[in-house]
Order: sequence, then structure tokens, then C-alpha cells
Amino acid sequence: MSSSAATATGIGASVLRKEDLRFITGNGRYTDDLNQPGQSYAVFLRSPHARARIIGIDTREALKVPGVFAVLTGADMAADGLGDLPCGWEVKQKDGSDMVRAPHPPLAINVVNYVGEPYGVVIAATRAAARQGAEAVMTDFEEREPVVDLATARDSAAIHDGVPGNLAYDWELGDRAATEAALASAAHVTRLDLTNNRLIPNAMEPRAALGVYDRSGDEYTLYTTSQNPHLERLVLSAFVQIAPEHKLRVIAPDVGGGFGSKIFVYAEETTVVWAARKVGRPVKWTADRSESFLADAHGRDHVTHAELGLDADGNFVALKVETTANLGAYLSTFGSSVPTYLYGTLLAGQYRTPNIHVEVHGVYTNTCPVDAYRGAGRPEATYVVERIVETAARELGQDPAALRRRNMIRPEQFPYETPVALIYDTGNYEASLDRALELVDYAGFPARRAASEAAGRKRGIGFACYIEACGLAPSQLAIQLGAGVGLYESGEIRVNPTGSVTVFTGSHSHGQGHETTFAQVVSDRFGIPFENVEVVHGDTGRVEFGLGTYGSRSLAVGGSALVKAADKLIVKGRRIAAHMLEADVDAVAFEDGQFVVRDSNQSLAFGEVAFAAYVPTNYPTDLEPGFSEKAFYDPQNFTYPAGTHIAEVEVDADTGVVTLVNFVAVDDFGHVINPMIVDGQVHGGVAQGAGQALLEHGIYDDYGQLVTGSYMDYCMPRADDVPDFVVDTTVTPCTHNPLGVKGCGEAGAIGSPAAIMNAVTDAVGSNDVSMPATPEKIWRALAG
Amino acid sequence: MQITLTVNGTQHTLDVPENTLLVEIIREHLGLTGTHVGCDTSQCGACTVHLDGRAVKSCSMLAGQVDGASVTTIEGIGTPEALHPMQAAFRECHALQCGFCTPGMIMRAIDLVAEQPDLDSKAVRAGLEGNLCRCTGYHNIVRAVLHSAGSDQGGAP
Ligand code: FES
Ligand code: FES
Repeated sequence: MSSSAATATGIGASVLRKEDLRFITGNGRYTDDLNQPGQSYAVFLRSPHARARIIGIDTREALKVPGVFAVLTGADMAADGLGDLPCGWEVKQKDGSDMVRAPHPPLAINVVNYVGEPYGVVIAATRAAARQGAEAVMTDFEEREPVVDLATARDSAAIHDGVPGNLAYDWELGDRAATEAALASAAHVTRLDLTNNRLIPNAMEPRAALGVYDRSGDEYTLYTTSQNPHLERLVLSAFVQIAPEHKLRVIAPDVGGGFGSKIFVYAEETTVVWAARKVGRPVKWTADRSESFLADAHGRDHVTHAELGLDADGNFVALKVETTANLGAYLSTFGSSVPTYLYGTLLAGQYRTPNIHVEVHGVYTNTCPVDAYRGAGRPEATYVVERIVETAARELGQDPAALRRRNMIRPEQFPYETPVALIYDTGNYEASLDRALELVDYAGFPARRAASEAAGRKRGIGFACYIEACGLAPSQLAIQLGAGVGLYESGEIRVNPTGSVTVFTGSHSHGQGHETTFAQVVSDRFGIPFENVEVVHGDTGRVEFGLGTYGSRSLAVGGSALVKAADKLIVKGRRIAAHMLEADVDAVAFEDGQFVVRDSNQSLAFGEVAFAAYVPTNYPTDLEPGFSEKAFYDPQNFTYPAGTHIAEVEVDADTGVVTLVNFVAVDDFGHVINPMIVDGQVHGGVAQGAGQALLEHGIYDDYGQLVTGSYMDYCMPRADDVPDFVVDTTVTPCTHNPLGVKGCGEAGAIGSPAAIMNAVTDAVGSNDVSMPATPEKIWRALAG
Repeated sequence: MQITLTVNGTQHTLDVPENTLLVEIIREHLGLTGTHVGCDTSQCGACTVHLDGRAVKSCSMLAGQVDGASVTTIEGIGTPEALHPMQAAFRECHALQCGFCTPGMIMRAIDLVAEQPDLDSKAVRAGLEGNLCRCTGYHNIVRAVLHSAGSDQGGAP
């Protein structure tokens, strides 16, 4: 790596973002901004019931509405031979059997299982006509008793035929006997019951899709709000079987945030691309926010009992966790993996706990499917570990920072194999803890608490020392564990004849700033101006392949693929330069953008070599012309970002209102390419975590109606709900990728809920407060 | 109904159904897609534009209410070559990630600074309360608005 941390645009520089100019001037191009000549509009028919049988759908009146072209139903889709929406991760149950999959047709056929589930679509010349048509469809439902409550779902009637106890799987990890024995002989056992509240992702851009069918080439194009267009194409092609991959192009243009919710393959985009051919014109759909609430995959929703055993010195000896995870009505694209492989494996946290056992019951309910939402399993794991550790410290009268420090894996113990199947490659947990304690002025906390007390408010402080596993890998292991796809990434670098560079990546940017950071990586590697590098992503027609953006994987996996491709180009460039300079290849080095012959004053600039590759006059005869290379990068391990988050809250005892007054996040993301962007990722994650801890809750009533179906009822964090954040980083470079990076997209949302709830419970002096810590709950806890 | 309005300095006369929203006029009739729609309850502010110089949520104005009015959208305040100071501040302070809330935020922020030139962070947070951002955690948006207020008292073009 060149030493350009000092340069204005290289690795380590806070380069202003390339993508900003179009966004701040209104020139972004999001899916709903795109239109096709002759396009029609889709409005979906959605179930008003949580559970019902469809007796009949009468479309006659709807078809009479002027402008309505078609009303299509799940039966029409099935008649065309389209397959189910698959769940891409096979979880093996503890008895070795496969998880139990419920059938999941894109449009419901005979039964509907959550409010908002689509069972048909009206397609019309205008959106207004499509709406009117949808209102005119008469559907006869036979309502059935819904299963809504997670706590009793396993004892309720089966929602799906052949799924007794509504159980998709019973999964476990770790040594149960050893864990139980260690708990039985522990000097102290802390027990805790926790709820991880259901969240609704709410990227600000609602999902949208525009399907186009070109009869001349028998080709489909789908513009859609996706975090992973190639995966979308793979699923629509291989599983749903809309068209073979070479006949289907998926384009995810500018995408207005995802946070996981745009990873998945949904009914709506499936329908518009299929319907485009049926109605013979492009079909466009854009979700209303109300539809986003009802039908974007939700997040979290766990109920957990945990027990932590400690010896007389305060060393953790065992952790036992039992979780019931709500999967919703169907298994969403990655829904099965989130509460298992992305959750149970993280329960060691930053600690040396020698015995861990986790059991997870994955349960179907008549609610919207639950899948990955920012952090996906890791916030839930951190919430369990960090709430119970803090509780143990309180029960034992120990300083919570000191108890954590005593149990942390020490730098010299890496690589460290946990009892829950991961090998952490590197870390220095005390370094981030120390820095966070300093930034929060831990020593000054008693004085701040006294000052708050004097002003009539209760003040609390809370910690979370989290770990996460990012850049899910390696492919072989993931596939052995049930993943339906590999977890590598692809990258291609095309150096144009004049020396400008086009970079193609399978990662997708929907706010993360890849067009900037990836250009930094490539320009740094080649020693060429940042402005000369253009990053292309989000189009299966332009980028060879990709697995997309989720799990904080883009830079660690996608960035590494680009480094690999760049290094191939440098190898080729050295051969070209050696020939042109009549030197031995081994004598040619590449330094700061120049191919130089060692111990001589001969050199060629990067651009000169690129030009020679396209105009090969003085060129090796046994070398192909051209100057572009591609690479697939498959990581050897996860990366393990970790850090300490500390929250301080004030509670107004009269009103129960909690104010987050201070938040410090010190994270170890390995090397940082663009600190400005990394800080921004942390800010956003922390605000989402603060939303989970204090404001947000997806609530269904007993009938399975979503009570929190709009911004009037679902409380999103607003500018005056959060403080300025204090963020910093410590660095232990990842040991197994060429950039030494770990990933930063989710950390904020992973550490903050636990830190904030530890602060809230500290302030109110009661552990009996669940997320979100609303004024009512606080008021009751204080009255309590 | 027939209405006449000026958008970004250009006068338009349109024949639209009475229940047409200003945001539909802007996005669908005039093709100015910089103004976004993020909700259906007038709660997110993604659709914020200036109506006769003041920030309004264009999803909550009907065609009849804007007859004769002058509207400025994000496209009307600056270009990539000549940014409005608030646009420049958003970029310099990394006050945007996905960019979806950004046009509305910028339009609201310009009005806020014009309204209260001596803003502090608390006033900025209160003033942006009607605009949701899911990406930035607001930290850098607040910085950008303060930055712009300091360098550009009065703000509005
Ligand atoms: S679109 Fe949400 S307030 Fe106008
Ligand atoms: S930048 Fe994405 S919603 Fe604000």
C-alpha cells in the first residue's frame, strides 16, 4: 500500500464524496424517478386480515374501471409456473433435520397470513385508475384465528399445514452439558429475561420497482430498490423462474437507504417484471409509506432468557441463552439465518466465557416476515451479553467497566476460538474501553449525576462492549452451514486507453459512499488522481457478478476484490514496462504511480503503460493487449469489528421522559479508508439504536392488525431526539484481508441499544424496563 | 382545473385534476424529480420546497392552493457548478448519505437560517423536527446548518 495517508485523496483521507453533487442538486436518480414510455401502474391487493382463507376474488367491477388493463392474482402467477420466494439459508435443527419451510408464493393463492400480504395486483394506465380498480375488487375472505403473540405461538394452532407448534426450527449451538454444569457450580448466577422489540426499517426511500419487457429480444429489465441486484436476478431466475439470467437485467439505481430491508426478494418486484410481459407494457410500482410499514421485512423481535455464571473472583464461567425468535408468517430471504448463525455465534462477546450454550426456537406468527435489519442478529446478541454483564456487575456491587475488563480476551490471546464457533483474528478491547472511558470522563460521572439530581433529574450511565462478525465468510464454510450462495465479491478494473479508470463492483452503495471510498482505494493503489477513477455498481448489465451490500461487507470483501484486480494489473504492467524499457521483469517495481527499473533512472508512468497496452507497438508478443482485470475475493474468515459504547441519560421522574444526553462510541474497524464517512456511518447507526432503545416499536394488536403503521404511531428518531455524538476509533488491522479493514456500517446500531438501556436502568434503579423505554414504562418503573 | 404557477423562475400553466398535490405537479407534470416523497402522512419532510419563499411540505398542498404562487425546488437553488451555500455546507460536513432526505432537508434548512440567523444547535434540532433522516443520525446535518448559518447569515437566495 502506498504511503498516501498524507495525500488529500488517498487511503485515510476524509475525501468529500463524489456522489454528493448529484444528491444535493436534486439530480439523483432513484427508482421512482425513472419512467418508461407507455408505462402502466401497479397497485397491490393486500390482505386486510392477519389470517384468512381466500374464498373468491371478483374482479369484474375492477375491470370496468376506465384505464384498468388487468387484475392479476396469485392463481395467475401459479398458472404461469412461477415458483415460491425462497429462503436462502437452510438451518439444521438440533436433531439434525431440516428447518420446516412454509410455502411462500409471491402472491398469496389460497390463504393469507399477515395484514398487508399481497394476493393480487391491479394494473392501469394511471396510478389513480389502479387505485380505483383495487378498491373495486371484491374479495371474499374466511377469517381464521390469528397467531400473533410470540410468547404463546408455540402452543397455538398451526398457521401452516405441516408445521406443528408453528416451529420452523429448534436450533442450538455450544455445549449444553458443560454449560449447565458450570452454571450449577458457579459462585453467582445472574438471570435475566429480555425482549428485543420488533422494528420496522424505514429507509426513507420507499421500495419501488419498474418492470420492462422487450419483445424483440425476449428480454426483461427490472429497475428496483435493491441492495444486491445480482442476488435479485439470481433468485428471480433460478427460483421464481421468471426468465433465465441472461434474459433478465436488474438495475438498482440510486437507492435511498436500505438497512437490510432492500436485501430481500419481495413479491412486488417479482410481480411487476412478470406482469410487464403479460400486459405488454412497462409496469411501475412505488410503495406508499403505509405499504412499507406493512410489507417491508421487519427486524428483531426476540424473547430471551439468559443466565450468566461467575466464579468468586468475578470471572465469567458460563452463559446459557434460550431465545424465541419471531420469523413472521413466512421465511424471508435470509430470515432463518439472522436469529441463528448471526446471533448465537456472537454470544461470547469480547469475553473469555469458556462455556456457552444457546437454543433458539424460530417461530411462525401471523405477522410480517422478519429478516435482517441493520446489525441482523448481532444487536440482539450484544443486547443479551451486555445487559446481563451489566446486571451481574450491579448484583455483585462491582464497577461495570472493571468487570468487563477482567473478562476481556487479551491482545496476546488472538487468534481466539470462542465456544460458539468463531475464531476472532485480532482485537484490543481494552484500548477502545480505555479511550471511551476517557472521552466520556468516567471519573467525572458522580459529579454529573449529583448535578442532575440537584436539578431534579435522575442520571444514569451504561456500557456496551460489543463485538460483531462482518463480511460473512468463507463461502465453503457458509455453504456447509446452510447458505444458499457463496459469500465472495467480484470486482473489475478497466483502465481506459487514456489512463482513466472505470471500476466495476458487485457491492452496492445506497448511502455508504462506495463511489468515493472505492475510488480512494483504487487511486491509492495506482498512484493516480482520485478524479480519474469512476465507480460503477448496481447494474447486472454492466457488472459481471456481485453479492451486494449487507453485513458491513462492502469494503472488506468488495474492496479486497478490487485490490486483487489492481494487483493483477500491476503484474501485467510490470511485464509491459519491462519490455518497453528492455529490463528484466523482476527488476521492475511499481511505486507511486510509476513503473521503475530498480537502480536506474528509467521509468514509465501508469498512463503510459496503459496506453501501450491498447496501442501495442513496442509490446511483448506473448502478452494479450488491453489493460483490464477482474477478480473474485473470497475471505478466509469473518472480520471482527469491536468497540465500547457508553451512554448517559437523564430521566425526568415526573414525566418519565428519557433524554439521551451523551453518547460516546469508540470502535475498532481496522484501517479506515475515509474517516469522515466512517464517522457518519456510526452516527447513523447510533441514532437507529437510540430509536430502538427509546422510541421505536412495531406493535400488532391481538387481531394481528399493525397498530404502528405510520409515522404518527411509529416513533422515528428526529433531530431533537438525539444529541451530538462523540466518536473515535482505535485500530487493530484485520489480519486476513489486503486492506486490513473490518467494516463499519452496523456497529452503531449494535452497541447502542444495550448501552442506552444500561444507562436507563441505572438511572431509574430498576432492571425491569423493556425497549423502547417510553415515558409510560419509565413512569411505571419509578412508581413501581 | 387550470392553474398558473412559477417554478424555479419559469411560469407554467397546467390543467390538472383538483386533487393533484403540489408534489405531483413538481415530480410528475414538470419532471423535477429532486423533490422526493417519503410518506403519506405529511410527516417526513422529504417533499419540502419553498412556496413564495417559505418552506412547505409539497405533499400537503393542493393544486388550487398554489395557483399564482412561486415555487422553488432543490433544482432551483444551485447547480453542481454554482452551489447554494447550504448545498455546499451539506457536502463539506458530510450531512448526507443516501441523499433521499437531502433536498427536503436543504430546503427546510435554508428557510430555518433565514428565519433565525442566530441559531444554536438546539434551535437547529428543533427547526428540523419535521424532516426525517434515517441515515445520518442528524449529527452532520446540524453541523452543516450551523456552518452555513455562520458563513451565510440570511441564507435564502
Ligand atoms: S412526503 Fe412525507 S412529508 Fe411530504
Ligand atoms: S441521507 Fe438517507 S435519509 Fe437522510
